[in-house]
Amino acid sequence: MGWAIALHGGAGNIPLSLPPERREPREEALRHCLKIGVAALKAKRPPLDVVELVVRELENNPHFNAGRGSVLTTKGTVEMEACIMDGNKKCGAVSGLSTVVNAISLARLVMEKTPHIYLAFDGAEAFAREQGVETVDAGHFITQENVERLKQVIEANRVQIDYTQPMQKDVLEETPTNGDSQIGTVGCVAVDSHGNLATATSTGGFVNKMVGRIGDTPIIGAGTYANSLCAVSATGKGEAIIRATIARDVAALMEYKGLSLKEAAAYVIEECVPRGNAGLVAVSATGEVTMQFNTTGMFRACATEDGYTEIGIWPSPMQN
Amino acid sequence: MGGWAIAVHGGAGVDPNLPPQRQEEAKQLLTCCLNLGISALRSSLPAIDVVELVVRELEIDPLFNSGRGSALTAKGTAEMEASIMDGPRRRCGAVSGLTTVKNPISLARLVMEKSPHSYLAFSGAEEFARQQGVELVDNEYFITEENLGMLKLAKEANAIVFDYRIPAVGLESCSAGAGAMESVMQMNGLPISIYAPETVGCVVVDSQGRCAAATSTGGLMNKMSGRIGDSPLIGAGTYACDLCAVSCTGEGEAIIRATLARDVAAVMEYKGLGLQEAVNYVMKERLDEGKAGMIAVSRNGEVGYGFNTTGMFRGCATEDGFVEISFDNN
Repeated sequence: MGWAIALHGGAGNIPLSLPPERREPREEALRHCLKIGVAALKAKRPPLDVVELVVRELENNPHFNAGRGSVLTTKGTVEMEACIMDGNKKCGAVSGLSTVVNAISLARLVMEKTPHIYLAFDGAEAFAREQGVETVDAGHFITQENVERLKQVIEANRVQIDYTQPMQKDVLEETPTNGDSQIGTVGCVAVDSHGNLATATSTGGFVNKMVGRIGDTPIIGAGTYANSLCAVSATGKGEAIIRATIARDVAALMEYKGLSLKEAAAYVIEECVPRGNAGLVAVSATGEVTMQFNTTGMFRACATEDGYTEIGIWPSPMQN
Repeated sequence: MGGWAIAVHGGAGVDPNLPPQRQEEAKQLLTCCLNLGISALRSSLPAIDVVELVVRELEIDPLFNSGRGSALTAKGTAEMEASIMDGPRRRCGAVSGLTTVKNPISLARLVMEKSPHSYLAFSGAEEFARQQGVELVDNEYFITEENLGMLKLAKEANAIVFDYRIPAVGLESCSAGAGAMESVMQMNGLPISIYAPETVGCVVVDSQGRCAAATSTGGLMNKMSGRIGDSPLIGAGTYACDLCAVSCTGEGEAIIRATLARDVAAVMEYKGLGLQEAVNYVMKERLDEGKAGMIAVSRNGEVGYGFNTTGMFRGCATEDGFVEISFDNN
């Protein structure tokens, strides 16, 4: 038993042909975030602090679909959501943020400073101002890449996971210039050597989503969940993750069927969501870690106290 | 087993000193809605249609906390939310932050069937409502004198009030109030007064074994604008799959943390428990200190319910003739 941490920058149809100039900054970001997360755990910071600080870092990085770099709604605006939960099942969630620099930190404030779990839209923005969190002009979050991406998708007239490839319903060739939406929801899970667990997930959602659309990220049990057994953060097609209550089911399988963390995660990813729809990272109270996905790839990184480290995008040779 | 089954609820947590007139009104409404559901089932309407039409009926009646008669936000407005789930393919739809949509549950259904998403909220949801041409009304339509009065009391008591009719000042004089004083409930660690929320819901299994669930609410009295509770969250307040359908009511935050509705199904699926066993298990093991209740049906035509509050407004019926309308503890 020891500490463990895993983080992700989104699962989806990340093409193997991803050019280096798009791959490297993201790998570097994963490496950096893993490093700061590990340092925090080594410094005995509580997992709740660790997951928040890692996700803040990912939110601030424009290469991922959270905070700055969030994908755009159909109106060209940014609506961010996030969720944080600890092993005692304390949790906080926010949706519909447009000016809050770090959605995950606002989610934590909802958890700690209100009698509620979930605040959204105007009410959440008002709360942010009351709390004095950092807010900026909505334009801050919008990147040229995402403006382009939205345009392409609108032209192609389809909603997609913020990854390049159009959904299978059409047989058209992949739009060549489309090889750009290799970004996704971000998340982090961590456990310390005492078995304290925490998870945090943050996202801008779907490219071209309807204004007001809420995905799996802020829904406890869908994209985010933690209890005394494990902490889970999921990514992928929100609607599928909601219906399969992915994050909760990993924990439920461990509890009700006695599966191990890896077995539970594998079962959920393989049996409970259609192929190409989801990925997750998870840690258990006993210091195990797993990262699984049924998509082409998932930006991910993990480390455990006994020295294991992994940073990857596509399935590694060891992965089943 | 087999055959259809239906259950409806109008909230968990009932004052034992509830005025008789109130009891009568509640019973009548539950009976009416139950009968509506039963006729629909007898005419072979699918489960998903039945839960929607029953909840619509509950929404337009000002008695319970949904649609008209919704609890009010701190600003004195109604902000409604709802969700619906169809067991066979676990399709789902949810809405939050509605202020002009006469029947939130129907908009939730439209989200499920007519949008590429599962959950729409606030102005985006209202815009979708306009596009879909659903019936819209002014926010005033949802606001009742009674609830305005309750809001005032809640503000005076500076507490979040579960939508219930007990005035805060009379707290000492009623037994539920006395219970409340003793076990001052904490929500997310902050003290609040206990009052019974009257979220509404309906679960149905039709004669083909298809399950569906629907839940609708105005939320907590004096809530912060923008606060979302358990009712629109799939897995928390509402859930349906091949095995069963569940609708919960009570302390929203506790229900969310417990992923209460999903857990009933998970326990049936992963532990092989029967419906009522699963309900009992989840009520006992999952709620920690939370106060809540639920109704559930299984694909085998069983109906079940559970609550750890003082009573729950409920009605249930099965094809073989069983009917129960009640609100006290057994």
